[in-house]
Amino acid sequence: MSMIDVERLRGDFPILGEVKVHGRDLIYLDNAASSQMPRVVIERIARYQCEEHANIHRGVHHLSDVATTAYESARSTVRRFINAREDREVIFTSGTTDAINLVAHGWGRAFVGAGDEIILSEVEHHANIVPWQMLCEEKGARIRVIPVDERGELDLDAYAGLFNERTRLVGITHVSNALGTVNPVREMIATAHARGVPVLVDGAQAVAHEPVDVQALDCDFYTFSGHKLYGPTGIGILYGRAALLEKMRPFKGGGDMILSVSFEKTTYNTIPHKFEAGTPPIMPAVGLGAAVEYLSALGLPAVAAWEQSLLAHATERLTAIEGVRIIGTARHKAAVISFNIADVHPHDVGSLLNDEGIAVRTGHHCAQPVMKRYGVPATVRASFAFYNTRAEVDALVVAVQKIRRLFE
Amino acid sequence: MESRQLYQEVILDHNRKPRNYGRLDAPTHHSEGVNPLCGDHIHLDLALEGETITRVGFEGQSCAICKASASMMSAVIKGRNVIEADRMVAGFRALATGHASADQMTELGRLRVFEGIKDLPSRVKCAVLPWHTLHAALHAESETTTEGDADPIPGSA
Repeated sequence: MSMIDVERLRGDFPILGEVKVHGRDLIYLDNAASSQMPRVVIERIARYQCEEHANIHRGVHHLSDVATTAYESARSTVRRFINAREDREVIFTSGTTDAINLVAHGWGRAFVGAGDEIILSEVEHHANIVPWQMLCEEKGARIRVIPVDERGELDLDAYAGLFNERTRLVGITHVSNALGTVNPVREMIATAHARGVPVLVDGAQAVAHEPVDVQALDCDFYTFSGHKLYGPTGIGILYGRAALLEKMRPFKGGGDMILSVSFEKTTYNTIPHKFEAGTPPIMPAVGLGAAVEYLSALGLPAVAAWEQSLLAHATERLTAIEGVRIIGTARHKAAVISFNIADVHPHDVGSLLNDEGIAVRTGHHCAQPVMKRYGVPATVRASFAFYNTRAEVDALVVAVQKIRRLFE
Repeated sequence: MESRQLYQEVILDHNRKPRNYGRLDAPTHHSEGVNPLCGDHIHLDLALEGETITRVGFEGQSCAICKASASMMSAVIKGRNVIEADRMVAGFRALATGHASADQMTELGRLRVFEGIKDLPSRVKCAVLPWHTLHAALHAESETTTEGDADPIPGSA
């Protein structure tokens, strides 16, 4: 396994060298919200727009062919990245939220009925709660919740006990955005499949930080976003098992998702096109392909090893500060630390860290049930990428100590 | 500007030891203010005799900026009448968004310590929430938020 040469890699990210905050170097620890883009992705996007852009899947002219090839080869790149069986199992969406909504409409509205149940975990992002609530409201179905323990680990016994003959779907996050917990999704999928229940995994916080193999996981749906994966916003992925995707209804109607249209009857296109109505975000898709290639070349095992070393260092140093409470201490975590300083509101911490050039997220992280579970209104969240350094972690620690003293 | 400049001793002190903290017995007016973006949440109780605010109590969960703003507001509005209080609400909102007139600045007195908030757009709502809640309490709105029509800086969410 190759090692991460962090100083060299930082040079790949223009924003890390250019931005000053209050005259200080930017310390970007908000990667779970959105990661930065390496130069190769920015250049690939520019090249696409300068040399290859036209609408796809329709023109007979040169550029349309070039753009179609660029778009479809991005799909193949993503397919290899997550080890899906076929390209047609990879649907381009506008992001994770869009992907989950697609499943809630396309699959849920066809296969979930009155009295049916959907199992979700207590640590879900609102994006994997609200679409299912909307579906349940419409259908008269209900949501069952897998409880989480004090450390941030799901109660797997309770999970197994939630299944019954009305269970239609399990929706779980691979990595909790608020706590960092890496859920044992492979085991949880096996539990669901033993009862014939399909599983959707929200991988938004996972794919950039550890290798994901959808066949090894045996998941039915897997969703993620481009902009948390060193790619652009406006693009995301729904992976779905071909047999399931074929049974699903289209979510949006329009051009490109049809084979023939008359006012009497429309015949839908095959997958993946059935789910990609209208002109898709071609440029962001091409950018995502380049981001995935960049990350694959680095090697996710090396990325994970470096991020885990940052997590261990940050956890050790923050834990040592009196009055600091880390929320989320699961045994298996991604490089995300949610914490609070006693008697200091996270919003104040965030503003004062910004004075030091440190970007963190503060708030409920679109996971209000998690905040309620741990009895906090909000947390400060530092989330690391492979381009972060030990020195940056140390700067965070020093700044936290300074804030604590200010409020004493 | 650096937010450190805002966290002056007077604000830190009001955060540590908020004045008029707690709910009132038999309030004549009440409102609940929420900033859904950061979770700031305060209850404001008022007791009026005629048009005069005689007692004030507030309670809630909020950042230091919001709590200090509520604490200083509670001290300043006691003894004032509704018209004066409304004028101060308008004055504080103008201060927080950088539009206060010279007369408003004079009337705000010690509250001018919040002037720097205008350069920290993500924190304007924290400082304004208590004032917003005061306006709602005086005008019989049981709940208010910093969003929607009431947003002091629309589009900032």
